Amino acid sequence: GKTRRGLVNQLKAIVGQGPLNQDAVMEIEALLLQADVGLEATDYIINKLQNKLREESLPSEQAIEYLKEILREILDRPLQQVKNPGFAPEKDTLNIWLMTGVNGAGKTTTIGKLAHLSQKSGYSCMIAAADTFRAAAVEQVKVWGERTNTPVIANPGKNTDPAAVVFDGIAAAQSRQTELLLVDTAGRLQNKKNLMEELSKIRRIIDKKAPDAQVEALLVLDATLGQNGLRQAEVFSESAKLSGVVLTKLDGTAKGGVALAIAQQLNLPIRFIGAGEGIEDLRPFSSYEFVEALLNG
Amino acid sequence: MFDALAERLEDAWKKLRGQDKITENNIQDALTEVRRALLAADVNLQVVKNFIADVEKAALGAEVISGVNPGQQFIKIVYDELVKVMGESNVPLATTATAPTVILMAGLQGTGKTTATAKLALYLRKQKRSCLMVATDIYRPAAIDQLITLGQQIEVPVFELGSEANPVDIARQGVEKAKELGVDTVLIDTAGRLQIDESMMVELARIKEAVKPDDTLLVVDAMTGQEAANLTRTFHEQIGITGAILTKMDGDTRGGAALSVRQISGQPIKFIGVGEKVEALQPFYPDRMASRILNMGDILSLVEKA
Ligand SMILES: Nc1nc2c(ncn2[C@@H]2O[C@H](COP(=O)(O)OP(=O)(O)OP(=O)(O)O)[C@@H](O)[C@H]2O)c(=O)[nH]1
Ligand SMILES: Nc1nc2c(ncn2[C@@H]2O[C@H](COP(=O)(O)OP(=O)(O)OP(=O)(O)O)[C@@H](O)[C@H]2O)c(=O)[nH]1
Ligand SMILES: [Mg+2]
Ligand SMILES: [Mg+2]
Repeated sequence: GKTRRGLVNQLKAIVGQGPLNQDAVMEIEALLLQADVGLEATDYIINKLQNKLREESLPSEQAIEYLKEILREILDRPLQQVKNPGFAPEKDTLNIWLMTGVNGAGKTTTIGKLAHLSQKSGYSCMIAAADTFRAAAVEQVKVWGERTNTPVIANPGKNTDPAAVVFDGIAAAQSRQTELLLVDTAGRLQNKKNLMEELSKIRRIIDKKAPDAQVEALLVLDATLGQNGLRQAEVFSESAKLSGVVLTKLDGTAKGGVALAIAQQLNLPIRFIGAGEGIEDLRPFSSYEFVEALLNG
Repeated sequence: MFDALAERLEDAWKKLRGQDKITENNIQDALTEVRRALLAADVNLQVVKNFIADVEKAALGAEVISGVNPGQQFIKIVYDELVKVMGESNVPLATTATAPTVILMAGLQGTGKTTATAKLALYLRKQKRSCLMVATDIYRPAAIDQLITLGQQIEVPVFELGSEANPVDIARQGVEKAKELGVDTVLIDTAGRLQIDESMMVELARIKEAVKPDDTLLVVDAMTGQEAANLTRTFHEQIGITGAILTKMDGDTRGGAALSVRQISGQPIKFIGVGEKVEALQPFYPDRMASRILNMGDILSLVEKA
C-alpha cells in the first residue's frame, strides 16, 4: 500500500535504480529518529542495515524489506519467552490485570475498553478503582463500568489506601468467581519514590492475596511520548513486575517508536494498542501493522 | 550518554589540544555531540538541525576570549544560543484593562489542561484576582466532575451546563457569567483533542471566535517526543496560540519539547506544572530550561567564567 510506496519512492529519489547508498541510509535514520525510536535503538537498527549492505548491495525495495524484518524481529522477540503470546485471559480462573503508567497515559480509558472486550468475549469482569487520588478518578472509572456493564469496586472515602481497594477488589472477584479483574491505578511519575513504593505494595498484595491468579502488569504508554518512556518502562518493571506494554493514542500522527526501543532494550512485549477514545478503539498488537505504520513517514 | 555532554564536549576539544581558535574544521565533533544530546532530550529533529546551524554560525563568528579555552567557550555559545531561542525572560499571563481577562486552554488528550486550569485559578487567586472556571469538556467521562472537584479544593466557582450542551455555547455563556459576577479572569477548560481531528479543531476555533481570549495557552506534556513540533504547528496555524504551559516537569524528562514548542510557534512558554497538586505551578524561566535540556546545571559555574 501507501506505506511501502512512500519510503521506497523517497529512497528511489535518492538512489535511482541503484543500490542503497549512504544518503539513503541517513534518510532512514532520520525517519526512525522522527518516530521517537531514540538514538540507541536507531544506531542498532542502522548498524544492522549497514552490515547487510556491506555484504550485498540492495536496491531500495529489498533494503526496506530487510529493514522491516529487523524491526519486526525486535518487536516479536520479547514474545518468544512468554507463556501466553495470544494474551487472552485464562478461562474459569481469576486473571488480574494491573494497569500502570504515568499521568494521563490512558490507563482508565484502556480499562474501559478492556472491560468491553472481555464482556464481548464472554468473560466475567470486574474493575477495582484503585486511583484514590486524582479528582473524579473514581467517577470516571464508574462511567466506564456503567457503559460496559461491569461492577466497580471502590472506596467511597477520600485519599484512602489504594492497596486496600485492591484487597477488596480481589476478595470480591474471588467470591463472585470473576475471571478478569482489572485494576486501575493512579498515574505516577517514575521518579517519585513514595508513589512507586505504593505501586510495589499493590503488586505485593495481589501476589499474596491471589497466589493462584494469572497476573499481568501492563505499562500504559502514550505514543506521543519521547525517550522518557524507556525510563518509565525500566522503573515500572521493577515496582510492578511488568509483563507488557499498551501503546495508546496511536490514532494521532505520533508513531510510538519508543515502544520499539523498550522492546529492544528491555525485552518487554507490546500487547495492545489504543487508537481512539471510544469503547471499541483497542486492538491486539501486530508487529506487522506497527512497522508498516512506523515507516509510513 | 546524555549526562556526560559537558564531559564529551571537553573530550572533543581535548583532541584538538593546542588549537586556540574555533574553526569550521575543529568544531564538527562538538556539534555532533550537541546534536545527539538534543535528540536524546527529545528535541524535534528539524528543530535540532536549525539550532545546530545557528550554533555553528555563532561559534565561527565568536571572538577569541583570552584565558578561556575554546571548549569552554563553545559550551557557553551553545547555552547562550539555547536561552536566546527559549525567550530570554519570563512572560506573564495576559491582563486586560477591562475585566474579565479570558484565558483559553487547549491541547492533546491527557496533557494536564484541567489540572492547569485549576492551578492557574489558584495562582491568580493568591494574587487577589478573582476567577471563574468554565467546563466545556462534554466528552471525557467525569471531566466536569473533575473540574468541579478541583474548584471546591481551591474555592473557585465553576460554570457548567452538563454534558448535553454545546461547548461553544458553554464557553460563551461562561464569559457572560463572569461579567455578571464581576470576576477578573475567566479560565476555559476544553476537551483534549488530536491536532488532526478536524471537527474537534473546528470546535476549538469556534470557541475561540466566540470568547475572543486574551491568552490562548497550549498545554504540552514535557515528556512529549518528536510530535511536539507537529502538534504545535497545527494548533498554532489553526487556532493561534499566545503561549504554552509545560506540564509534568516534576518528572525526570529533559523536556526537549520545550525547545520545539518555542521554536515552532515563536510564542513563550509561560508556566510549568511541577506536580499533581493544585499548588504545583511555577513561572517558566528560559535559562533554567536551557540548562535542563543540556543537563548543564553542574557546569553553569564554568559558563559564568567564560
Ligand atoms: N486519541 C486518543 N485519546 C485517548 C486514547 N486513550 C486515552 N485517551 C484520552 O486520553 C486522556 C487521558 O486518558 P485516561 O484514561 O484518563 O488516562 P489515565 O492514564 O487514566 O490518566 P490518570 O489517571 O490521570 O493518570 C482522556 O482524554 C482519554 O480520552 C487513545 O487511544 N487515543
Ligand atoms: N506529576 C504531574 N502530574 C500532572 C501535572 N499536571 C497534570 N498532571 C496529571 O496528569 C493527568 C492528566 O491531567 P488532566 O488535567 O486530567 O489532563 P487533561 O489535559 O485535562 O486531560 P483530558 O481532559 O483528558 O484531555 C492527571 O493525572 C493529572 O493529575 C504535573 O504538572 N505533574
Ligand atoms: Mg486514570
Ligand atoms: Mg481535561
